[in-house]
Amino acid sequence: MGKTRVARTGNEAMAEAIRQINPDVVAAYPITPATEVMQIFATYVADGLVDTELVPTESEHSAMSAAIGSQVAGARTMTATSSQGLALMYEMLYIAAGLRLPLIMAEVNRALSAPINIHCDHSDTMGGRDAGWIQIFSENSQEAYDNLIQAVRIAEHKDVLLPIMVTTDGFIISHAMEAMEIYDDKDVRGFIGTYKPLLPALDHRNPITVGAIDFVDYYFEHRRAVAQAMINAKDVILEVGREFGRKFGQEYGFYEAYKLDDAEVAMVCLGSTAGTGKDAIDNLRKRGIKAGLLKIRVFRPFPAEELAARLRCVPQICVLDRSDALAATGGPLFAELLAAMYEDRSEHKIINRIYGLGGRDIKVGEIEELLSAQVSAAAGGKSIDRIAYLGVRE
Amino acid sequence: MKDIANNWKDLPVGGVIDEPGTAINYETGDWRTLRPVHNKEKCINCLACWVYCPDAAIMLKDGKVEGIDLKHCKGCGICAQECPPKVKAIKMVEEADFR
Ligand code: SF4
Ligand code: SF4
Repeated sequence: MGKTRVARTGNEAMAEAIRQINPDVVAAYPITPATEVMQIFATYVADGLVDTELVPTESEHSAMSAAIGSQVAGARTMTATSSQGLALMYEMLYIAAGLRLPLIMAEVNRALSAPINIHCDHSDTMGGRDAGWIQIFSENSQEAYDNLIQAVRIAEHKDVLLPIMVTTDGFIISHAMEAMEIYDDKDVRGFIGTYKPLLPALDHRNPITVGAIDFVDYYFEHRRAVAQAMINAKDVILEVGREFGRKFGQEYGFYEAYKLDDAEVAMVCLGSTAGTGKDAIDNLRKRGIKAGLLKIRVFRPFPAEELAARLRCVPQICVLDRSDALAATGGPLFAELLAAMYEDRSEHKIINRIYGLGGRDIKVGEIEELLSAQVSAAAGGKSIDRIAYLGVRE
Repeated sequence: MKDIANNWKDLPVGGVIDEPGTAINYETGDWRTLRPVHNKEKCINCLACWVYCPDAAIMLKDGKVEGIDLKHCKGCGICAQECPPKVKAIKMVEEADFR
């Protein structure tokens, strides 16, 4: 098993993974900050380093439509997008899941208009969270690369057959260079294996109809099967994460816990903020505050029971949402974690901070201040809001 | 036609229909509000209606229009429209008039 230590941005790391996966077809349309993924990959196509048919389309709706068509035909297919691009794909996202196509997407998280903004938040991905796509978040270039390789195995597993998106935080990961390890082509190809489509439309000996009408008679049964595929994905994600660990050295699960075992307060977040958070946790520990962190890697399927079990002993929990559900009830991660913890019945105090919209930086000091304020409020000090906005000009 | 599954687990993945020619089992005739009535006397058997019918509902016998398959005709009226103006062998009649 060979590894090479390199410096790569998130976009470079994802393009590298796509080169190694060597998909049959890639269909895409450029959008900041994901453009580079395809720009780099296009040079691999031009240089003959991959066998991929690259289909440049006239919009993201067309990109997802072309990807669906190609996957239906029986080709392993990938795409990349961001923000408005993902929003333009929404109609087709549901179709990809309903048709049970294991499409693979590199998604670079970016805010949604209006106002126009090209920087990171998770609103784009969150908008598609009920579409039937598996969603995996990455903290850095290494995880983006590792997650994309695992995505192939997860999506194509016979018990799953669902589309999957692996996300990075726009600019924060996509354009920041970091040291990471890449694996040898033959090891990656050995890990992902060859794609064997279940019912390829181009098999003329076995003609099929795809996308047929399905009214009150069987639509519900077909959707029930999609729901089961998402439930099944939980075991498959863990199985693939363990096998990845055995082969490449780093095991992956639903989440990463950092200094959580004895924590009196824990922050819960997605993506690159976990990196910032770990520094804040170290500083708080130096000051004698037992702080910890839980980074959620898999948002769909939502590992509710596992998260509740891991957070059971933490009395104070602060959920950091990098998107706003605009539901008057806080962010989406908060709502889902609250529901997960409700069953637990222990005495948790769970607060929510919506932060970082449109790429607004979150600083180590802000997290320290927030968690220490939560600890002091719990001890009878100055009370703090349950749901609020962090880092906005009030 | 295979037996229809009586639970969601036995359905083909992704709603795929894994055998050809199953449209015959789907009776689109239920959708009709206007019924095409074919007049054999007027018909010159040019077969324009047979070519244009989207549901293959124009029934032929020995190359001549025999009648209309009302289980599948959805009443779109294309046949009546395409029948040569000088012939007008198909008339669209309110379905309610037959009840
Ligand atoms: S009305 Fe439409 S569906 Fe019915 S026979 Fe005429 S063309 Fe066919
Ligand atoms: S188009 Fe009119 S004339 Fe021609 S075959 Fe049909 S009914 Fe007869």
